Amino acid sequence: MRVMVFVKATEDSEAGRMPTAELFEAMGKFNEELVKAGVMLTGDGLKPSSQGKRVAFDGPKRSVIDGPFAETRELVAGYWIWEVKDMAEAVEWVKRCPNPMFGPSEIEIRPFYEMSDFGDVVTPEILERDERLRGQLKDR
Amino acid sequence: MAADINGTIATVFRIERARLIAGLTRMLRDVGLAEDLAQDALVTALAEWPKSGLPDKPGAWLMAAAKRRAIDGFRRDKMMARKHAEIGRDLDEAGESPADAIEAALDDDVGDELLSLIFTACHPVLSPEARAALTLRLIGGLTTDEISRAFLTSEATIAQRIVRAKATLRDAKLAYEVPHGAERAPRLASVLEVIYLIFNEGYAATAGDDLIRSDLCAEAQRLGRILAGVAPDEPEVFGLLALMEIQASRLKARVGPGGEAIALPQQNRARWDQMLIRRGLAALERAIALGGEDGPYALQAALAACHARARSLEDTDWRKMASLYDTLRAVMPSPVVDLNRAVAHSMAFGPEVGLALLAEIEKAAVLRNYAPLPAAKGDFLLRAGRAAEAKVQFEQAAALSHNASERAFLLGRAAACD
Repeated sequence: MRVMVFVKATEDSEAGRMPTAELFEAMGKFNEELVKAGVMLTGDGLKPSSQGKRVAFDGPKRSVIDGPFAETRELVAGYWIWEVKDMAEAVEWVKRCPNPMFGPSEIEIRPFYEMSDFGDVVTPEILERDERLRGQLKDR
Repeated sequence: MAADINGTIATVFRIERARLIAGLTRMLRDVGLAEDLAQDALVTALAEWPKSGLPDKPGAWLMAAAKRRAIDGFRRDKMMARKHAEIGRDLDEAGESPADAIEAALDDDVGDELLSLIFTACHPVLSPEARAALTLRLIGGLTTDEISRAFLTSEATIAQRIVRAKATLRDAKLAYEVPHGAERAPRLASVLEVIYLIFNEGYAATAGDDLIRSDLCAEAQRLGRILAGVAPDEPEVFGLLALMEIQASRLKARVGPGGEAIALPQQNRARWDQMLIRRGLAALERAIALGGEDGPYALQAALAACHARARSLEDTDWRKMASLYDTLRAVMPSPVVDLNRAVAHSMAFGPEVGLALLAEIEKAAVLRNYAPLPAAKGDFLLRAGRAAEAKVQFEQAAALSHNASERAFLLGRAAACD
């Protein structure tokens, strides 16, 4: 399964404070482990939200909001995309990640929708059965 | 809570397993024994970690536990040997004991161990099927049940195949190392062959009605990525990885809602996985930068890349494809390459050119029962305005096809000729 792994922002990352050389090195080593395990697909860091924008939707209306955004801990500071066997494997790998921030921080894992999430729903057999059942119900 | 920690231990073990087996095989020169000891280490962890908590370095902990079991085993064997031979002197004083050898091996750099294990599991003394099963078991960590389902055979068949493969490796008394020099190229070819075989088993699904078994493709891609991680200077490793990533980018577009095959020209390119394409193109670039432009896998990846780069079928660089096929034909002569070359030339230079090349292939007669041959011929004829003749070819292709979805697709093309 494919997962996206979000490194959540902190006050430091939002202030654009760069990681130390030690952290860079530890993170490089961790990334190397991910590559050697065939887990890593891609990943990158993101600039602070002060350099980001949001577009808000309301019916046909579009309004642009400039960063920075307030809810720091809900913002994303970086991401990976991994291919793992299951969520448990993703969790184990995240546990092995060096703390990406100076203070306390969080990493969030979210699975992608996969073909199989829809596969069972849309097979023609099921569609046909569904149609047939609906037809029978109507006939009654 | 107990189930929770057991689940965590199982996951940790799964992550560490291949390296554990690789390290143990290096010491013991016996893949089967190494796998057993790794399993013993898991049992020990399941008994101790719930009490002690997870160790900081679970990989090192598991290795130490397996090592203790190995040394216990050697001591037992040694005592047996001493009893039997009634040797009076202490074996520990006779130079390097097996226990010392294990200590020494543990201190070695572990970087090459996984690669050694891959080379061993894919050793040419084994049949390609045995290599594939053993690789999925040792490196991929699949159970025999999972492997048997992937290859649509019984679990007993796969289990026996793996047991025999391990025995063959043990009896062959192989040097357990990464091959260098003149030996390296053929050994690497043997590894790449296995990974691509696993990928194709998933991609082409030669048996059964499922057109793609994407799990098997994903497993092959993972093996390819692992290999690229531990052999970063081998151009053909990146050629194969590029080929698999780009082909896999089309998996979702390749099957219609009713499970039917969708040929590349009819595929919705918006459903191609752009991240896999980017990874594939990057791997191809790396293969070329390492001087591997004319390797068979890199050439096939370059061909797949021509499609991946094209925004539409019309946008495809068919002349480049025709020229790549000319090179591939020289590097990897095969009737199937000749057939695909004819298709590329037909798209670049017209259906008549394609038909002329097909006439050559038909003379050779090796592809007489190969469905894609009449399928291609039908396509060329149709494009040349000869619909009635095309219909016959599509029908013949459908009759030769082993895949239900493909057969339906070809019959559809035949019907459209009227």
